This record gives sequence, C-alpha cells and structure tokens, in this order.
Amino acid sequence: MKNRGLWIRTAIIVVILLGGIYLVFGPRHTPTGADFTWQGIKNNLAENVHLGLDLKGGSHLVMRVQVEKYLKTLTENDREAALNAAKEAKDADGNPLPVVDASSVAENGNYQINLNVSDPSHNQEITDAVTKRVDLRDWNQSASGNTISWSLSSQAQVRLGESAVDQALKIIEGRINKFGVTEPTLQRQGASNLHQILLQMPGVEDPERVKTLIGSESHLYLMKVADNSDPGRPFPTKEAAIQALGGTIPPNRVVLPLTERDTNKQTQPNQAPDKWLILETPAIVDGSELRDASPSSRTGSDYNIDFHLKPAGAQAFGEWTGKSVGKYLAVVLNDEVKSAPVIKGQIFDQGQIEGKFTKESADDLALTLKSGALPAPIEYTEERTVGPSLGADSIRSGVSASLGGLALVIVFMLFYYRGAGINAVLALILNMILTIAALIMIGSTLTLPGIAGLILGIGMAVDSNVLIFERIREEIRLGIGIAESIKLGFERAFVTIIDTHVTTIISSLILYVTGSGPIRGFAVTLILGLLINLFTAVFVSRTIFNWELARNPDMQRLSI
Amino acid sequence: MFNLFQNIHIDWLGKRRLFIGISILIMLAGLISAVGRQLTPGGTDAFNLGVDFKGGSVVTVKFRNKPADAEIRAALDNVGINEAILQSSTSRPDEMLIRIPLLENTGEGDAANPNADISKAQVEKGRSTVKRALDTFGPEAEGEATLDTAPNAAYKIIGTDSVGAIAGSQLRNQAVTATLLGCIGILLFIAFRYDWTYAAGAVIAVFHDVLMVLAFFSIFQWEVNLTVIAAILTIVGFSVNDSIVIFDRIRENLAAHRHDSLFKITNDSINQTLSRTVITAGLVILSVLSLVLFGGEVLRSFSLALLVGLTLGCYSTIAIASPIAIWWQDKLGAADVKETLAPQRKEKMASASRRSVARRPVTR
Repeated sequence: MKNRGLWIRTAIIVVILLGGIYLVFGPRHTPTGADFTWQGIKNNLAENVHLGLDLKGGSHLVMRVQVEKYLKTLTENDREAALNAAKEAKDADGNPLPVVDASSVAENGNYQINLNVSDPSHNQEITDAVTKRVDLRDWNQSASGNTISWSLSSQAQVRLGESAVDQALKIIEGRINKFGVTEPTLQRQGASNLHQILLQMPGVEDPERVKTLIGSESHLYLMKVADNSDPGRPFPTKEAAIQALGGTIPPNRVVLPLTERDTNKQTQPNQAPDKWLILETPAIVDGSELRDASPSSRTGSDYNIDFHLKPAGAQAFGEWTGKSVGKYLAVVLNDEVKSAPVIKGQIFDQGQIEGKFTKESADDLALTLKSGALPAPIEYTEERTVGPSLGADSIRSGVSASLGGLALVIVFMLFYYRGAGINAVLALILNMILTIAALIMIGSTLTLPGIAGLILGIGMAVDSNVLIFERIREEIRLGIGIAESIKLGFERAFVTIIDTHVTTIISSLILYVTGSGPIRGFAVTLILGLLINLFTAVFVSRTIFNWELARNPDMQRLSI
Repeated sequence: MFNLFQNIHIDWLGKRRLFIGISILIMLAGLISAVGRQLTPGGTDAFNLGVDFKGGSVVTVKFRNKPADAEIRAALDNVGINEAILQSSTSRPDEMLIRIPLLENTGEGDAANPNADISKAQVEKGRSTVKRALDTFGPEAEGEATLDTAPNAAYKIIGTDSVGAIAGSQLRNQAVTATLLGCIGILLFIAFRYDWTYAAGAVIAVFHDVLMVLAFFSIFQWEVNLTVIAAILTIVGFSVNDSIVIFDRIRENLAAHRHDSLFKITNDSINQTLSRTVITAGLVILSVLSLVLFGGEVLRSFSLALLVGLTLGCYSTIAIASPIAIWWQDKLGAADVKETLAPQRKEKMASASRRSVARRPVTR
C-alpha cells in the first residue's frame, strides 16, 4: 500500500486520541443518550477529573481525640497488669504475696491505680514485682496503710495526651491516604489541650463512609471454640448458651454471636442474632499479629478478607492448629464470629475471614485491620462541606483569564504560521486532552500547583512548535526544497527539544521523589505533559506535515 | 511568510556588564529590603507570609443575607486584612469560614514557631478585626443573641479558632531542598550533554531568576503563599528551557563555523534564536499577563510571581547564562571575550573552544 508508514502513524494517533477522549469526556457507566449532550459531557468531565480542595472544596471535619478515654483504658490495663504481676510473684520463701485486689480511679483528670494488700510489710516486694513486669514510669508511686497507689501527674497526662493525638493523626493520615483521598489537609486545630484535628478532603462524595472509616475500630481474633459448643448446632440465644455453661460465664469463656451477614451494610435491617457460640479466652492470636489483609472474591459479589500473620502469630497459630485437628476455630471480627471452620490440618500464617462482605466494606475492613487501632476513640465536633479554599469567585476569574490566554496563543499561531499553525493548534489541543487523560488514569488530584505544571507543559509544547517551525523557515530560506527543509527542521529542532525536555523531566523527577503534596502535584503533571509533548509536538505534527507532502510531493511553497 | 527578527545583529555580549549590573542592583535592593525589614523593630518581616505559612485564625460567620465574596474581601481589605481565605460552607449556605493570617505585633514566639499555639489574645484580636470589617454590613448579634432573637443583626460570629500552618516550615524547607536537588540534576545533565561552563551558566541563571522574584516579593511586600512555591517551580523549568535552546544553537554553530570566535558565535546564536525567544516568551508572558489582570485577587501572588519570573527567565538566558558560560570559557583559556582577535590566535582559540564545548558531536 502507498504511504503504509503514514497510515500506521495515523492509526496510532487516532487510537491514542480516542482513548484520551474517552478517559476525559467519557462516562464511567454504561453510556446513555444523555452522555452525548453538551451537559452530559460536562458532567462526565467534572466526574472524571478530581479537583483538589483548593479548586473544588470538599468535606471539612473537626474531630476530637477522646484523650480521657485513652487514659482510662491505660489506667485499667495497667491495673490488670499490675494485679496479675503481683499475684503471680512469690516472696523469698516461694509463698504468694499478700495481694487482695486492685481498684482504679479514672475521672476528672485523676487517674490512679490502687493495689489492696492484707499485710503492708511486704509492700516493697510487691512494688518491685509490679514495676519489674509493668512499665509504670509515667506513674507516681505512694503507699499508705494497706494500699499501694500509682497516680498520673498532670504533666504525664499532658504528655500522654499529646502523644495519643499525634499517634491518632498518623493513623488517620494513613487511613485517608490508603482510602485514596489525595492531597487532604490534615492539621492540629485549636489549643493543644483541646486535642482537635482538622481534616479537609477534596470532593469526597461520601463523607459518611470516610467518617466511619476513620472512626471505626476493627479487632480480629482467632479463638478456640469451646468443646461443649458445636458450630453445626449453635445455641439459639445467648441465654441458652449461658445455661449450658451452668448459669454464669466463667472468666476463660465468652459467648459471641455467629453471624455471616455484613454488619457494615447500613441497608440491612437490624435483627437479633440467632446463632451463638461459646469460645475460649484468651485468643490464640489477635489482630496485632496481622501482617497483611486484603479483600478477595471468587464470585465477584461476595467478598472475603484474606490475611497473613506475622512470624510470632504464625508460630502460635501453627502450634495450636497442629494439635487441634478436628476441632473448631472461630474467626472473630469486631465481637462477631464470622466463621467457625473445622481444622483439617496444620495452618501457619494465612487465613480468611468469610463474611459475604460487599466490595466496599471488605476494602474498609481490610484497611482498618491493617492500619492499626486508634489510641482513643474520636468524636466529631464540627462537620460541613466547604467551597474551594481559593474562593469560587477567584477560580472563575482564573479560568476565564487562562482561557483568554490560550485563545490568544491559538490566534497568534494561526496568524503567524498560517497552515502550520493548524498543526500546532491540533498538537496543543491533543496535548491537553492526553495530559488530563493521563492524570485521570493514574488517579491524581488536580490542584493549583498541578495546574502550574500544566501551564509550564503547555508553554513548552508551544515552544516546541515554535522551535520546529522557526527551524523549518530557516532551512527554507537556505533554499534546499520544502521536503528536505521539513525533514531537517524536525531533526535539528528535535535535538533541542530532547535536551530541554529531558532536563526538565530529570529535575521534576527529583522534585517528585524529594517533595510532597503540592510539589509532587506540580512534578506529576509536568512530567506527564512533557512526555506527551514529545509525542504530540514531534510525532503528530510531523505526521500532518508528511500527509501534506504525500499529497503534493513537488510542493514549492509551504504555508508556514 | 511573515517574519519577525530576520538578520538581526545585536551585540548582546558587549552589553553584559550593563545587564549584570542591573541584575546586581535589583538583587541588592531586594537584600536591603529583606534585611532592613527584618531588622527594623516593630516593622514588617522580610517577606509577607500568608496563612499557609504562618497559621492564623479562622472565624466562622453566619450571615442573614450573605454578601458576595468580593464584598466581604473588600470589607476585610478596609481593616487591613488583605490576605483572607474565604471558604463558603456549601452545606450551610449562609455560613462562611474566614481564615486570616496572624496579625502583626504579637510577640516574637509566633513568628519563630508557626506551629506553636497561637495565643488566645491573637484569636480575640482576629475576631474583633473581622467584626470591625463585617460591621459595615450591619450590627452583629452579640453575646447570647442569635440572628433569630436580634432582628437588626446582619450576622453573627459563631466560632473562632486558631489554625496551624498548612505549609509549616517543614514544607518550605522541603520545597527549598527539592529545588536545590533539582538544580543539581540540571547541572549534571547539562554538564553531560554540553559542558560544565554551560551547566554553571544555566544554574546560576536559575538562581538569579528565583532570587530576583524573591527580591520583588520583599520590596513590594506581595503575599507569599503556597501558590508562590508552584510559581517558582515553574520559573525554574522555564529558565532552564530557555538557556538550553540557546546553548543548543551555540553547540551547533560551533561545529559548523569552526573559525569564528566563541564570542561571535554566541551573539549569532542568540540572534538566530531571537525570533523563537520573542515568540515563545511573548506568548507565555501575554497569557500570564491576562492572569495578572483578570485572574482575581487570590491568584495575584501566583500570577505576579509567574509574570516577573518568566520575563526574567528569558532575560537571564541572554544576560546571565550566556555571559557566564563564555566568561568561564575565557578563564579556562578556551575563548576570548575581546571583540578584536588576532587572526592566528583566533584559529587556536576556536579549536580549544571546540574541545571544551563541542566535545560531543551534534547528534542527528
């Protein structure tokens, strides 16, 4: 076929262009007639391009880390640990120490642990035994009569509170980032003793889901099903299970519902669970031993969560499964038994939570399981959706000013370079479509620094065309013929274009690697714009010139 | 065919002392402004940093009839707050979040540590200043009164809070480090493709452009916010791009015209690419000018930085990058900057300069 190379080049351009147009303007749902109207295309564009907080606005959440609950849990955990340590310790003769019980106070900024003893003469031994096993460095110890006390000083409370807020900030940041919200604003707000965090997220369509995700706690336990409880014939009510235990739940047992439904689904009616199991405590392995969790599905509708355990957890799990073949394992997620499979052989580090989850809730659960628990629950003190931080009015004027500038460029190119100007304008428009398509493809959020990158990319695209055209004009002036001039013009300008582009791409890569947030946004759009420009300004523009030459090989005048 | 700048023979390098002198003068003015302002007690800081960098307070206002953003901004301007960020609450259309920067004269601690808690006094001062501005729309429903119980009230301040800097010193330092590392990358690549002297010229021109932009921002006290960082990154890219276009032509001409002096070749190269320089720079600068004039107040820092920086980027290629590259070559004995050259010397110099500059053949 005549012009085979040209046809191939054209086909490549058309395919890439169609792909770009679909990514930018096309619907992400089954197309309907409405998608081909002006309004439909505008809607699709707005849906496809994710604009940042500065350009579009989003959710504005102020949350408070409930530090007093954190300190309360800390007090209670330390109390239990101290009591256990004291009870297990022996005196010099191997007799148990005279420890009776423990109590704690956790209110009104007063956090105290009290150990009650029957004989104060052993106080020193008890204190030593406790401090050897439990880290009570933040606590002030005192003793009076039959009570040994530890209390938290106000400085220690402030310090622990601060670290809890900082830790919460990190965990929230991790969850938000993994959730796919790019370039959120996360900062401390208000005085430090308010323990407040401000989160602004760009255009999040479902702030409720984000809120649930941030606040939710996911606890996974792998537990033994007690021998007197058969998952094949579960107890119909909690009371029946307690009856089977003889009326009271002993300290090493818990009664939990067996439920396969997805409790994260808001749509499900809240019905009382009708299957109950008796489980043995403590758990074989808990969620802190998780190395990884990810959603999976065999059918594409009901999702499970696959998990892997860290070495220590895998060791304990492998030991238990090895000696418990034929027994039942309970996979407990957030105080519900999700499944109770029979152990068929030794398992070490992997398992699955079966639960008929939706894709969304499986994603969220896997995420909360992985990112670790918040140190304290959080509450929302303020919630609103806000407009763009740059101000809607200034964005409108910014957009019209930029479009004005672009129109100016197009008019000039057409006026100054005539026929070749059409080349340049086509290449420019193609460049913009493909750059935005590429941004959509990598799921990047467009913010003002990103637009600055886009502007520089477009500026360099115009520059590439000007370089090529000026060069072709120079060659034509030397009188070496149109076809040869075009060839030489592209070849010589290409050296320059490669040098300028590679230099800028190198520095942008360094910006991307070393920078964050806004700096990355700039680098990403610039790198994409320049890579695409090598295609549009050189490959596409050359193809158009070649078509002109193919139609008229003995061309004497070129419109440039 | 419609042509600009054909057969131009301007002696650019001959005017290098004038160019460099002007640049040094402006930079000195910027330095004096920055240091002077910093050292004047009770005066302004070297740079006028916005909420993004310094933190400030956020005032939540509920209006009976919400005025347009521009009106609120004008009212705030009148009480001296010209860098407010207005964020309307789309879920509650009658409410507005107004973020204002730290107000002046509030002790040293705040400026030194942007993340430190902003004192209650500062928040109170922010509240009263915003109140003074908004009172032009009508009285506030003060104290316990709400908009419902006070029929004359036009608005109510329903909340004040201090906010930390979005872009604390951490982001600022990171931006500076990232840009410096980027410059090292540029330096190495140009040195690899051309020569160390050219790499130095291009990178010094980049520093020149950034410092000049900062000088302008200090002298005129334009607000420095996050968008200025984006603008400066853009300026760096444009400046290097411009330098390389001319270097590339110098390299090509060195290979083609072996017996000309480097001085003449550089002048010729600048002149030959002048039409490209003027067209590209002209188009980009005109586009940015439209952003300065019609882009609105919030984008003004961004567009002003771009306008100044891109104009300088174009100027510095001719006035800074090329003379420095040539001057260094001269120091190395590879080129002679003097216009009059003895013929026998010329031959020797040209070959020396080729060794240094056109070490690599022009790739075709």
